[in-house]
Amino acid sequence: MFENLTNKLGNVFKGLTKRGALSESDVENALKEVRTALLEADVALSVVREFIDKVKVRAVGEEVLRSVTPGQQVIKIVNDVLIEVLGSSESELLIDHAPPAVILLVGLQGSGKTTTAGKLAFHLKSKKRKKVMLASLDIYRPAAREQLRILGEQAEVLVLPEIDGESPEKITKRAMAASKVQAIDVLILDTAGRTTLDTAMMSEAKEVFKLSKPSETLLVADSMTGQDAVQTAKAFSELIKISGVVLTRSDGDARGGAALSMRSVTGCPIKFVGVSEKLDGLEPFYPDRAAGRILDMGDVVSLVEKAAETIAEEDAAQMMKRMSQGSFDMNDMLKQIGQLKKMGGLGGIMSMLPGIGKLQKQMAANNFNDKAISKQEAIIYSMTKKERVNVSLLNASRRKRIASGSGTAVSDVNRLVKQQQDMARMMKKMGKMGGLGGLKNMMSSLEGASPNPGLGDGQNSVMDANKMAELQKMMGGNMPNLGNMANRFGGMGLPGLGGKPSKKRR
Amino acid sequence: MALNWFKKLKTGLSKSASKVEGAIASITGKKTIDQETLYDIEDQLILADLGVEVSGRIAKKIKDQKFELNKNKGIEKTQIAKTLAEEIEQILLPREQNLYEKVNSKPHVLLLAGVNGSGKTTTAAKIAEKFRLEKKSVVLAASDTFRAAAVEQLKTWGKRVGARVVSGEEGGDSAAVAFRAFELAKKEDIDIVIIDTAGRLQNKKDLMEELTKTCRVVSKLDHDAPHQKVVVLDGTVGQNAHSQLKSFDESIGLTGMIITKLDGSAKGGVVVSLAEKFEIPIHAVGVGEGLDDLQIFEASSFSRALAGLD
Ligand SMILES: Nc1nc2c(ncn2[C@@H]2O[C@H](COP(=O)(O)OP(=O)(O)OP(=O)(O)O)[C@@H](O)[C@H]2O)c(=O)[nH]1
Ligand SMILES: [Mg+2]
Repeated sequence: MFENLTNKLGNVFKGLTKRGALSESDVENALKEVRTALLEADVALSVVREFIDKVKVRAVGEEVLRSVTPGQQVIKIVNDVLIEVLGSSESELLIDHAPPAVILLVGLQGSGKTTTAGKLAFHLKSKKRKKVMLASLDIYRPAAREQLRILGEQAEVLVLPEIDGESPEKITKRAMAASKVQAIDVLILDTAGRTTLDTAMMSEAKEVFKLSKPSETLLVADSMTGQDAVQTAKAFSELIKISGVVLTRSDGDARGGAALSMRSVTGCPIKFVGVSEKLDGLEPFYPDRAAGRILDMGDVVSLVEKAAETIAEEDAAQMMKRMSQGSFDMNDMLKQIGQLKKMGGLGGIMSMLPGIGKLQKQMAANNFNDKAISKQEAIIYSMTKKERVNVSLLNASRRKRIASGSGTAVSDVNRLVKQQQDMARMMKKMGKMGGLGGLKNMMSSLEGASPNPGLGDGQNSVMDANKMAELQKMMGGNMPNLGNMANRFGGMGLPGLGGKPSKKRR
Repeated sequence: MALNWFKKLKTGLSKSASKVEGAIASITGKKTIDQETLYDIEDQLILADLGVEVSGRIAKKIKDQKFELNKNKGIEKTQIAKTLAEEIEQILLPREQNLYEKVNSKPHVLLLAGVNGSGKTTTAAKIAEKFRLEKKSVVLAASDTFRAAAVEQLKTWGKRVGARVVSGEEGGDSAAVAFRAFELAKKEDIDIVIIDTAGRLQNKKDLMEELTKTCRVVSKLDHDAPHQKVVVLDGTVGQNAHSQLKSFDESIGLTGMIITKLDGSAKGGVVVSLAEKFEIPIHAVGVGEGLDDLQIFEASSFSRALAGLD
């Protein structure tokens, strides 16, 4: 979501780092461009002003301008201030006191409250082992309560049954009573969307707030919001005590300015970001990493964490064993694709890697995307068990059958087979090299690495094949798809699997 | 109607309006528009989401104007506001187009698209209501087969506006639903088909292609259908609206846009820069959650309200 902003800032900074000495007006000019970039990214005007002032004060100091690398110093300052504005530490939900702890979700119409309620319930249940109840106070929007009920069923948590004609206040009381009786740890209250100018609706929110005494009152805001983010955040936090912000739809291509503004205006942290429409599409917000992303340094750490969560350790160990034996068949390939998809698809992974913004565009241009991956999956699914283990069985007629079964062309099948063979070869090599270590080792070695890889080294805008290969190695060879891509980056000859989109949504 | 829309829009825009006025306030007592006033005007336009570039340009135009001085030999605030409104109106006017002006086929198929939560379903209901008042029959196509309870939501609206709702199974083919609704309309001589699609972020290629496919499938029954392809933009959106318009236009070829939620504190000012960049008509604005809260877009009212006049 920060991609565009990143590109803009990247250009500004390139100009700065090229020079040796910097004058005060050099800095001024660069900051003017930063201002425009931030405003185009929908960062609130007041926040932009504050940001620029802060950077200016620090950057125009003697030490900076006289230092050997003034450009890099300025970038470092921008980075520091960015982190400050975004909030400097991750903050957990405070829900561990006497149950039931109430989480109240408020926000404008269509900001994503109901979906977020479902995601939070799923998160608390599956990751924090809480007993959760959902209750909808949205008696206005047609089928709002039904929507929450369905999400609750999907998350396998309790949902307060609906009673027609009840006011939001009444539902709140009933939900609290029901939570007590059923020994609920966390009660999540989903409210109707409201504009902050609607006084009747705003006082209703206040009433619910008073009644439920929430442990967490989360303002749910859309990443695509413009300058109004500030207005809305202010109005809500003047009315009730907001404890955190959830930023939805950060998987879009909004430049993320709202993210910068929210925290600065409400004074409370962004606790989560929504990253997909699925129930598990909710992630904690790491301000320092987000700042790094804006400066195009990527987010290797969160990639690794995500990988750790996704790839079961046994799986990895087994894979490792097979690899060292040099066997990598279509079943392994299928597993790889599955893991890749779980990690948020190629897009998800790519956005976490340093310097990848431009690459991503090129890849899109070459049609190498999640669609292509789904296609590969479809091809493998159309193979028999025997074929998957033994690719050499695949003669022309079998390939034809597979192509028609998966709705692809024979050339697609050929390409996949070739890829699998390339990978198998690579695996064999890597296996022979040995010493790759387990997934655990890899984690700790990465975690120990500098959190700011290549800050200001002037080269971080390009992720070269070496870095890619290194990462791939650290991942215990578990991302041959990436490795494969890395090999091809030079000529950008990415496999151009085009064609029909996969039927499966999201 | 016109008065009603204006009143509603004005309440909604009152905050931004007062801001524009606030900016102009720095002119009080001055004989010329100095740099400070200019920056102020520019900042306040930025606050209304007009964007850096357009704001700067409009502010500059104001600067180049000759203003008559009042008896205290100063520039009058309202004069500047008027000039602002005129500048904005000039940009918006070419895009003003009544949503219902282009309804001339039968069945007439109108498709609504947009990002998640922008107000598509509610807008579909509002449009259906308008046709009901004109005694035209409507069928609603519940092409959002993905979001939980999306079909229920549309069905509830359908009951309220007396329109039939064609739906499919959850997770089913959304294009097929649109196709069947159109088929039904043809068979039963229904005047209007409104297709309510699922919300989708414009950078999701697969989902955008799904939309293209929906249009393609519908066009099999009538080459010109969907006759109108309208994107629904959330009035609180910032500069991302540009990306939205571009992507939706690329995937289905938009015939117009509707801006919702202008009854809130958001200004919808991004519309001004959209009007400059895209030749896509602006049809209507949403000013509330009720069935009668969809108003035809009027460039002059919008501009005047935005400039804090009346
Ligand atoms: N205040 C206000 N609220 C609106 C307006 N238009 C729609 N809404 C509200 O915005 C919320 C989302 O509207 P929907 O019509 O469900 O939006 P949608 O685009 O169909 O949403 P998805 O199908 O989930 O993508 C609902 O609470 C509506 O009542 C408007 O003009 N003003
Ligand atoms: Mg909808």
